[in-house]
Amino acid sequence: MSIIYPLNSLASHPPYLAPDYVSTRLRSPSRPLVILPHTLSELTGPAFGHDVVRENHMDLTVHHAGEPLGERIIVTGRVTDEDGRPIPDTLIEIWQANAAGRYVHVNDQHPAPLDPNFTGAGRCVTGPDGSYRFVTIRPGAYPWRNHHNAWRPAHIHLSLFGPSFLTRLVTQMYFPGDPLLAIDPIYQSIPDAAARERLVSRFDLETTVPEWALGYRFDIVLRGRGQTPWEDPHDD
Amino acid sequence: MTTDGKTPRGITPSQTVGPFFAYALTPNGRYPFETLAGNDMAVPGAAGEVVTISGRVLDGEGKPVADAFLEIWQADGEGRYPAGGASGNTGFRGFARAETLDEGRFEVRTVKPGPVPAPGGGLQAPHLCIGLFARGVLRRLYTRLYFPEDGAMHAGDAVLALVPAERRDTLIARRSGDGRYVFDIVLNGPDETVFFEA
Ligand SMILES: [Fe+3]
Repeated sequence: MSIIYPLNSLASHPPYLAPDYVSTRLRSPSRPLVILPHTLSELTGPAFGHDVVRENHMDLTVHHAGEPLGERIIVTGRVTDEDGRPIPDTLIEIWQANAAGRYVHVNDQHPAPLDPNFTGAGRCVTGPDGSYRFVTIRPGAYPWRNHHNAWRPAHIHLSLFGPSFLTRLVTQMYFPGDPLLAIDPIYQSIPDAAARERLVSRFDLETTVPEWALGYRFDIVLRGRGQTPWEDPHDD
Repeated sequence: MTTDGKTPRGITPSQTVGPFFAYALTPNGRYPFETLAGNDMAVPGAAGEVVTISGRVLDGEGKPVADAFLEIWQADGEGRYPAGGASGNTGFRGFARAETLDEGRFEVRTVKPGPVPAPGGGLQAPHLCIGLFARGVLRRLYTRLYFPEDGAMHAGDAVLALVPAERRDTLIARRSGDGRYVFDIVLNGPDETVFFEA
């Protein structure tokens, strides 16, 4: 059985069943997962380069005729693996609510205004050092129906591929000091406090552009192969 | 390296894709954003027999899950995974996204993959790798789809051998016509699909 990406990295993730997040109750496997060897199918993965990303995809404030309402922000950071190696040329997709906490999605019923100048979807590809940068507006908190008076903390959804099918990650970035984090069942579904805190971005004055936009840093760590050599012939 | 010079420890944890991803991940002409990957990867010239796979995603009470999407990763008809974008210069990318819509239904058009190498030598039976994301799914669910006509190869497949015999059927699509297959994914309950940890 060859396991190339160590399984213990996965301990950072939330379990599938987190009963306080009500939707997980009927949508989480009840049977044990089958541990799969890492075959060619898992060790390869789709590659997306600059061909799928337009120059303005990283700036969510310029996709319409006018500027969106809200607090303009810069979100930047590096994508590395857990051994600290940068992950270049990997696609990041983001999506988020507008400043009022409303998504353009047809099913969003939150009685807050849509912004004709904001869709809330962006993309970029990491640079040679794994760095990325988005310009957007700070999303608003929004209510959801999980329990009485439930509000999601402000967040940006992110999707990353990394080098293989096993490094695929969909997550959410939060903002420092948000009082809703302590009572959010989705954020709190992550059992390990240190892992949870990795989802909270950091205000960064160096990223902040004077007279223009506040800056936040959010570094992202994908699974790595650890010390395991790529070709371990004794492990099958 | 983080700005304090330390190597980051521990991976970034997963969170649900939520219910409102479509305008970014599966806009498919319904939202003003270009689609990265749709549900048709059977580009002209892709090696292999063109097949259509459809099915439903269901929850633990058999109710349709209409806010999910599948990601499919697969080899072409000759068992080649695309490297750096495309396979064998045919434009086959091996990757599709298929959202579930009414009744939790999805559909994907592709080519049937060929067998791919197994870790200890030999070949794996033809299969699709499927990642499933949805509201209420905190971490991608990972399953595989196998084809019913490959029974002889299934018998010797090292991955299928790890799956309890009485549950193997949940990984095998049903043939519903010429080049057409049905594959339902049940997230929870007695008929639960087999999911992998990898
Ligand atoms: Fe959200």
